[in-house]
Amino acid sequence: MNSRIVLVNIVRWFILLLTQILLLRNLSFYNMATPFVYILFLMLLPFGIPNLLLYLIAFVTGLTLDAFYDTLGVNAAACVALAFVRISFISITLNRDGFDEPEPTLGNMGFKWFILYAILCVFSHHLVLFFLETFRLAEFSYTLLRCLLSGIFTLFTIILIEFIFYNRKAR
Amino acid sequence: MRNLWIFINRYNAFFLFIIFFIFGLILTVRNNAYQHSAAVNSTNEVVGDVYQNLNVLKKYLNLGPVNDSLAAENAKLKTELLMLKSIDSAKKITVKDTLNNPQYTYLSARVIKNSITLRNNIITINKGKADGIASGMPVISPGVGVVGYIRDVSEHLANIQSLLHKETKISVNLKKNNALGSLVWGTSNFDYRKAFVKDVPNHFKVNVKDTVVTSGYSSFPPGIPVGSIINTSVAAGDNSMAIEIRLFNDFSTLQYVYVILDKYAAEQKELASKVPNEQ
Repeated sequence: MNSRIVLVNIVRWFILLLTQILLLRNLSFYNMATPFVYILFLMLLPFGIPNLLLYLIAFVTGLTLDAFYDTLGVNAAACVALAFVRISFISITLNRDGFDEPEPTLGNMGFKWFILYAILCVFSHHLVLFFLETFRLAEFSYTLLRCLLSGIFTLFTIILIEFIFYNRKAR
Repeated sequence: MRNLWIFINRYNAFFLFIIFFIFGLILTVRNNAYQHSAAVNSTNEVVGDVYQNLNVLKKYLNLGPVNDSLAAENAKLKTELLMLKSIDSAKKITVKDTLNNPQYTYLSARVIKNSITLRNNIITINKGKADGIASGMPVISPGVGVVGYIRDVSEHLANIQSLLHKETKISVNLKKNNALGSLVWGTSNFDYRKAFVKDVPNHFKVNVKDTVVTSGYSSFPPGIPVGSIINTSVAAGDNSMAIEIRLFNDFSTLQYVYVILDKYAAEQKELASKVPNEQ
């Protein structure tokens, strides 16, 4: 059971990062909305993961993407912010011990919980990402607009992917 | 001490967040700094390899248009060569002199990674230190248009800081009246086909469709066509214009670029460094 989860996550890491680097990197609407779907990997990590390990994985994943995007540190910081939001949200909404489900997927958690979780994760990541990338406040409104449009794009894609791999457990 | 430890342990999510986030910030700031020596980017061996392999596929898909553009350039160069050959004998010496001892040498390179969707775009090419490329060299695209400056160099690969980058600033002229300005991208649009010319004094007459060329002040050779004006505007109370131009080259289909080796680049840099507080 445990090794299966590890394997699934490793495969998911490779698939999502390859898709992001080879396909989604070239995709954008009017250079305003660019999707960052690879963060789905961080969102779907199992519940029981220790905080330190989660931060390490988030940091390394971000750094890997940075290497391909030539934006050293930007994605890493954004992923760490996402990890913090993820830990806070899960500890507030679910009781600490004895999670019923292994992973926070749409099928496991239900639509209402998952969409709120996804919105918070995606926008925390995108806010840090776009503001660190621009690194100046002079273009504040444009950066915010890009962040918002990209966030909606990413969110839409993530929900779509989750629906494609939707398997409702018998509750 | 024990209480402090319990406190930190209890809110470990927050403290770990601070630690990792600061680490990420440090990396970002160091990468943004002018003197960056980053190892984790696309000149890295592994990352470069992935892009090299991907590019093999892309290159075949784009063979047609690339052939056309190269053939067109060949034709243009041949015409110029004929013109040089037919110059009369009295002037031959000066022509020969410039041919044997040119200030600028062009080095062609293939683009193996390109990006146009970010705020700060970086292009990777398949030539590096071994081919004589150094940081700071200007890069142009075949035919017309500027691409950017060389940023990081490894043994066989190099990164170009594209014009589509917040730090890139290229000195340009209006061809018609030599009014000086600086070419920047992305202050209020993120369209890779458009850019802005800033700091042009507003007493110059500027029309739509005027051509903008490089001035030769910022390490690019003078007179390279950059783009044509599509929109001009003057902010109230400001004594310089912001001119929107359409770039002649298309960044999204960039396949080959020319790196320009300037013989006097080092001399120019040394002289410039002697001027205190040049702004």
